[in-house]
Amino acid sequence: MMTATVTESEKEIRPVSGWRVVAAKELADHLLSGRFIVLMAVLGIATAAAVFAASGGIRDVAPSAQGITALFLKLFTVTADPVPFPLIVFVGFLAPLLGIMFGFDAVNGERSQGTLPRLLSQPIHRDEVILGKFVAGLSVVAIMLASLVLFVSGIGIFRLGVVPSAAEVTRLFVWLLLAVVYVGFWQALATLTSVLTRRASTSALIPVGVWLVLALFGSFIFSAVAGIISPRDGTAAAEVAYLRTQQTVSQISPITLFQQGSTVLLDPEVRTVGLVTLEQVDRAIVSELNLAQSLGVIWPQLVVLVAMTAVMYALAYIAFMRQEVRA
Amino acid sequence: MTTTIKSKGLTKAYDGHKVVDNLNLDIAAGEIFGLLGPNGAGKTTTILMLLGLVEPTSGDIEVLGLDPRRNPLEVKRRVGFLPDAVGFYDTMTGRENLRFTARLNGIEDAEDRIEALLDEVGLADAADQPVGEYSRGMKQRLGLADALVKDPGVLILDEPTTAIDPEGVAEILGMIRRLATEGGVTILLSSHLLHQVQAVCDRVAIFVNGKVVAQGPPHELAAQQRGPTRVEFRFDADDEALGERLQALEPVDSVTRGRIPGAWIVGVEPARLPETVRLASAEAPLIGVRRLDDDLDAIYRRYFESSEEKTA
Repeated sequence: MMTATVTESEKEIRPVSGWRVVAAKELADHLLSGRFIVLMAVLGIATAAAVFAASGGIRDVAPSAQGITALFLKLFTVTADPVPFPLIVFVGFLAPLLGIMFGFDAVNGERSQGTLPRLLSQPIHRDEVILGKFVAGLSVVAIMLASLVLFVSGIGIFRLGVVPSAAEVTRLFVWLLLAVVYVGFWQALATLTSVLTRRASTSALIPVGVWLVLALFGSFIFSAVAGIISPRDGTAAAEVAYLRTQQTVSQISPITLFQQGSTVLLDPEVRTVGLVTLEQVDRAIVSELNLAQSLGVIWPQLVVLVAMTAVMYALAYIAFMRQEVRA
Repeated sequence: MTTTIKSKGLTKAYDGHKVVDNLNLDIAAGEIFGLLGPNGAGKTTTILMLLGLVEPTSGDIEVLGLDPRRNPLEVKRRVGFLPDAVGFYDTMTGRENLRFTARLNGIEDAEDRIEALLDEVGLADAADQPVGEYSRGMKQRLGLADALVKDPGVLILDEPTTAIDPEGVAEILGMIRRLATEGGVTILLSSHLLHQVQAVCDRVAIFVNGKVVAQGPPHELAAQQRGPTRVEFRFDADDEALGERLQALEPVDSVTRGRIPGAWIVGVEPARLPETVRLASAEAPLIGVRRLDDDLDAIYRRYFESSEEKTA
């Protein structure tokens, strides 16, 4: 007989939390996928290079560096030859790729496989599909970034023999949260394009394009825009105005926001991300900020970054909710 | 007789163009109902509206006494759906795909049921292969099992026999029949392939350009059909002049040459077919008579052709 006999106990129905079911499946898919392994390898190599260079640089100056504070965090913020960037710059540059990789085929992948109508005809709310996918993608990213931090810490402890203080661990944890939010922005952007475009290649290309333009040509574009808004005429006042405008304009880029946030969070000596004149630093006493003070310095950046991620997710969500099942 | 699926004045318009126009359906419990029509007639849109996946422009729907607009989750919990060109997650096995569906339906312990369903659709041996290795027909059968995981009271199948070989079609239709007769499941299926559907449906609605042009049991619709049906006459000898002589017979409407020597395609009123056969066999030794338009074919073609002319 076709309808398999089902006893009541077998068919016990509980209230479905659909997004958890979707997220669990997506998580398993991601962790077994080739792209996860490739990204992990790329990130691992970049991290290893950066952290070896950093620890080498720190060791070279260590004898003369009596009283250097937060030495452990320096692993993330300093560099030395031959690696051109410190680790946080690496993460700022490469992490968007993680978000894009785990978001670009979220919806159009279901469409091209023909699984979307089947999925949506199950008794779950439609928004649970996109929420489950987003949560799963970000969880994988969080796992990757956390293992990156642990990896760096391990190498640091081994090579430098410095154990991080509780304050440093807290700062790293907050930075990790910031990085996840930052990657969330890119993942939401990729999810949005996966809703709006039919082909996975197109929906990958758009966020990758945005990322490359902002990462490679960002400073050039922001300078040009700032030059239009407040032209430089050679006077000092105009120059200051220009630099201030440039800094404001550059903050529309999540990359800038994340870099500024990272710098302040991971370097307790940084007291501002804004423009500082020579008079202002003259005879300033070098001292450490505590975490609350550091957070205070970059509070605007954090809020804007969280808001950008939320808005991008909302756009993807709305686009998906309004879309026809078969478009 | 209780009504399971009901629609009244159901209309869906995109940019003012009516894809489904004033559709009235009344499908009884345990019935197999066929939505027949060419591609683009509005069948899939109708199905998606019944499932609450597409918002109707106007009209009322009731599925198992529920309004899919107000209570989509409850409708989806109780209605199994096999979409057109059904897809699965290629890297997961057939069994894993069904397990995922069971979880989405909140069914905790579904292993026995999944096993039974896989066995039922003949995929027991392939159950633990990735779906990426399945043939089109296997996916279709897995789709049927998938739609049944939730033990639905209503089964909606969109083009269930497309892209399957004839043997597979017979199997699927057999399963559908058993589900309705033994399981008491109400089944709505859509198709553009008339022959397959008329064999299995209790009632059909012929759907053209968003409108139902005829509705009823297949044999009744066939009886309503008027106008000539096409019949192939095969004669012993290939005689050019025979065409004219056949055309001269009083009941004959039209004559064209058949594809094989000695064959002629004759248009004739179904009621006058016996008379025509007698007259034709008097003209030349007749070795075979075959109706080309079976039952609904003529009615179907007439509506489809007229709809194609309109759109052309």
